[in-house]
Amino acid sequence: MRVAIAEYGAGNVRSVALAFARLGAEVDGDVAGADLAVLPGVGSARAAMAGLRERGLDEALRERVAEGRPVLGICLGLQLALDESDEDGGVEGLGLLPGRAVRLRDGRVPRIGWAPVDEGDAFYFAHSYAAETPAATAWSEGIVAEARAGTFVGVQFHPEKSGAAGARYLAGVLGSCLSRV
Amino acid sequence: MPLPRLIPCLDVAAGRVVKGVNFRGLRDVGDPVELGAAYSDRGADELVFLDVAATVEGRPTLVDLVRRVAGRLAIPFTVGGGVRAVGDAEELLAAGADKVAVNSAALARPELVTQLAGRLGSQAVVVAIDATQGRVQTRAGTTATGRDAVEWAREAEARGAGEILLTSIDADGTRDGYDLPLTRAVADAVTVPVIASGGAGEARHVADALEVAQAALLASILHENPDRLGSLRDELRELGVPVRDAA
Repeated sequence: MRVAIAEYGAGNVRSVALAFARLGAEVDGDVAGADLAVLPGVGSARAAMAGLRERGLDEALRERVAEGRPVLGICLGLQLALDESDEDGGVEGLGLLPGRAVRLRDGRVPRIGWAPVDEGDAFYFAHSYAAETPAATAWSEGIVAEARAGTFVGVQFHPEKSGAAGARYLAGVLGSCLSRV
Repeated sequence: MPLPRLIPCLDVAAGRVVKGVNFRGLRDVGDPVELGAAYSDRGADELVFLDVAATVEGRPTLVDLVRRVAGRLAIPFTVGGGVRAVGDAEELLAAGADKVAVNSAALARPELVTQLAGRLGSQAVVVAIDATQGRVQTRAGTTATGRDAVEWAREAEARGAGEILLTSIDADGTRDGYDLPLTRAVADAVTVPVIASGGAGEARHVADALEVAQAALLASILHENPDRLGSLRDELRELGVPVRDAA
């Protein structure tokens, strides 16, 4: 199983690579060719979108989804997949998921820490914006935790930082890529 | 709100985890890679690594050691000590840190917090405040600044800090309990999460801190016996604190 991480010059991609390597995947940067492409997310929406465009990764990710091949977006990677984000005064997204990213209004922001997803395992979140989307498939404290459209799946939490529960989640994503063949 | 967090803290000097009392009399308590892995495996909610000698020795953080610790973790990882510029922070994130903690350099140049938040996002920027009698100390607690801790926390938040890590030098290593009045004053003054630090000796202390702050830093109480993390979690649950089930 080959997993490619879309690197756009910001944030910690090493933890994502390590998490997939622990599950036995080969990890590289071949976004077009890999069995699964991962859009990680740390940093600000505007800088991240600019980084994706500079490297042609926006088109590569859209093509993968158009061809029915899997893409996983993590945290900002979920928000970038939406039509747009309110962050940084408004940023156009990849349009892989319907909806927009809006600033969190309740509680302490950034929302940082472990929180249960759909009354199940707790996962680690660290975010100031969240998705508003009709494509939500899991929730955490009223916030979209996972959303899916076609072969794109996005998660607001960080499975690569969520201990045993996170590893189980990523193993499930890899398993669903295998079963697509 | 997310669950209250238990965060073991590795204070590192000369490549080893050390612990003192009131920031003095540091003694060796173990290997950072082994201790970090032990805490990650035992259900710590995050790990903090502070290179306590970097600023005083005038050198950057031990990036290679950070990389080795990060390689063994499946939980969020905050690294601080010696971060003086955005480039230092980016190097630490590339080595596997999720957040950077800034202290002395941010006090000297508060615009560093603005720059870090702009580049890395607020969620990756922790401003660490060491205080005694409500006043901020800098350079690993060696130098007084005269600044009020609450006022500095407010400014740090306004500049984009995503969390405040508040250490009471008076309580540090004493195992007599956290400085609750100071922690409450800072938590009331900001809307970002606050991590209470310094003074944990028993579960009751941690439970009290988590009434006020969103996370509790743990060091002396754990390092001699990392398994204590599991029993501490059980005791906290009995005290009604909804800590994470890490199974």
